[in-house]
Amino acid sequence: MRFWFAILALFAAPVLAQQSMPPAPYAYTQLEDPALEAEATELMETLRCLKCQSQSINDSDAPMAGDMRHQVRSRILAGESPDAIRSWLTQRYGDYVSYQPEVSSTTWPLFAIPLLLLLIVGGVLFTRLGKRRSDKGTE
Amino acid sequence: MRLAYFIPLALFLFFAGLAGYQLTQPKEQNVRSQMIEQPLPDFTLEPALEGMPGVSRADFVDGQPRLLNIWASWCLPCIAEAPHLERLREEGVEIIGIAVRDRPEAVADFLNRYGNPYSRIGSDDISELMLEIGASGVPETYVIDAAGNIRYQHIGDIRAETVPLLLEKLEEVR
Repeated sequence: MRFWFAILALFAAPVLAQQSMPPAPYAYTQLEDPALEAEATELMETLRCLKCQSQSINDSDAPMAGDMRHQVRSRILAGESPDAIRSWLTQRYGDYVSYQPEVSSTTWPLFAIPLLLLLIVGGVLFTRLGKRRSDKGTE
Repeated sequence: MRLAYFIPLALFLFFAGLAGYQLTQPKEQNVRSQMIEQPLPDFTLEPALEGMPGVSRADFVDGQPRLLNIWASWCLPCIAEAPHLERLREEGVEIIGIAVRDRPEAVADFLNRYGNPYSRIGSDDISELMLEIGASGVPETYVIDAAGNIRYQHIGDIRAETVPLLLEKLEEVR
């Protein structure tokens, strides 16, 4: 009996993988032109995978990330600029899809506050040190 | 001791408190589509199985609101939402399906098992339509108004309590 089970097991097809579809043409295939591929890679490293949200689509093996890489590579190949592709995606998914920091109406305090703090520190140091020096001058 | 010396400490405690509060808040895991209130983009998808029509933008613009349901035979929550889609169909809603990264045999098998509420099923092998309309997962359901504009996005499987909500949204955009 056990023998026949073993024989049967030999003929069993492995359980089909959940995603049995072939990936999109440019999901795992680089562009032939190294310059274009470099442009695409640079962009893909700064686009968020929507399924695995802490990875870039360049790092992710999620099927959706593969489909996004296909879009990036085929659009670069068609002559679209990386900026146009990024804004095509942010139009659809919002700023969250892009890892590239951008100054906008909501993010400007992130850039302004450090500058403001530096100015305050500079001002405080200047008045303090200036005072000490003038103190010395009067002695 | 001057009171001003406590300002940095107060600021620090404020930010620590803010961070602590944010840590207790649940994170929004879903990336919502920014395409709500936008027209459906132009697209044409081949039929996902033999004997049923494929899907294009033209199927959405003849003066009647519809549901666009993104699903796949490999998606488990899609099994859970199948009876609720069937209920929507019984209520007279036209549901157009988009099968994502799917094979015709698998689609046919799924429909045989869990029912077929769709009038058409297009096949989106490389997430083309998903990316066009800002969908980030399977399943998702969109309310499309009579003029072919995207009006509402439901992320995740349709549950019993989602059915009246979708019916209401469909009524609103009629």
